[in-house]
Amino acid sequence: MASLKALKGRIASVKSTQKITKALNMVAAAKLRRATQRAQAGRPYAERLTGVVGSIASRVAPGPQSPKLLTGTGRDDTHLIVLATGDRGLAGAFNSNIVRAARRKADDLVQQGKTVLFYIVGRKGRPVIQRVYPKAIIAQHDTTEMKAPSYADAQAIATDLIDRYTTDGIDVVHLAFANFRSTLVQEPVVEQIIPVRPPAQDAGQPANASLAAVEYEPDEEEILADLLPRNITIQIYRALLENQAGFYGSQMTAMDNATRNAGDMINRLSIQYNRQRQAVITTELIEIISGAEAL
Amino acid sequence: MADLHFELVTPDRQVMSDDVHMVVVPGVEGDSGIMAGHAPYMTTLKNGELAVYRSAGTQPERIAVTGGFAEVSDRGLTVLAESAGE
Repeated sequence: MASLKALKGRIASVKSTQKITKALNMVAAAKLRRATQRAQAGRPYAERLTGVVGSIASRVAPGPQSPKLLTGTGRDDTHLIVLATGDRGLAGAFNSNIVRAARRKADDLVQQGKTVLFYIVGRKGRPVIQRVYPKAIIAQHDTTEMKAPSYADAQAIATDLIDRYTTDGIDVVHLAFANFRSTLVQEPVVEQIIPVRPPAQDAGQPANASLAAVEYEPDEEEILADLLPRNITIQIYRALLENQAGFYGSQMTAMDNATRNAGDMINRLSIQYNRQRQAVITTELIEIISGAEAL
Repeated sequence: MADLHFELVTPDRQVMSDDVHMVVVPGVEGDSGIMAGHAPYMTTLKNGELAVYRSAGTQPERIAVTGGFAEVSDRGLTVLAESAGE
């Protein structure tokens, strides 16, 4: 059985851990509110842009001239997975869920005989991927200095990505991140961002007919050339925002649980400590009394 | 005449969502005034100013936009801009 002193030490240590988790919980809660607002504010733009790109994409007939970002390279051999995770831990299973989703996708692709490469955004994705696919990481974007994701950050990543897409012989690009549903639910997803997938539409639908009447200025191709890189930027931006909100949500929940667990542990240890203290007193009393009787 | 539903959206927020009389957008091939009932139309914007006329004959509200894109559909006019400031 642990000595009184050891118990006291453990109680003190759990208490200080609890202080940390409690503080982190409150910090995460405060940051969560702002991050959620930003994630929600970013959604309309992303949705509209995706809609517009989708509608133009379904109109432009794929040909040798059409932009690569739209129709792809015509091959399906080399896949790049952009893995966006948080930079810090202490957020429950948030990061590992994203990594797991990306790994599942990668395993699938490898089984189909494709080459898989990784582009890492955020610190927490790297270790696992490096272990499983040691040679697949082609680049990493450092976001540790970044307090809140900005459009410029997303732009830097997108530009780099498009450069690599055009020069490195990559055929398909996926983006892995976590959709922020609520504080408790973050859903890891892997989405294809290059080439753009036009929304599934049946031929001869009225939606297509009304699109045909749209007047483009300059023409579709030029609009697309301008729009496609922007679309990729915004997808990445959205992923970063959703990740940020999800991260704080997850961290808040995790730290809340940790604080509660620490509380339970302190209670248990205190009871044990008090019982033991009483046992020591009782033993002492017995010793004194039996000593007195012997005299 | 019915009002034009106008939305101005940037990556950070929805700047404006309102029913207005007319909006003049700085298209790459020239400014164009968009009113309700405009035919479906899509253009990229040059960096410049949007002029929003709340009602006929009033002073326009001017909003600077960069890196934008405008779409007119039966739902109204939607301007997607990388940044917008008044």
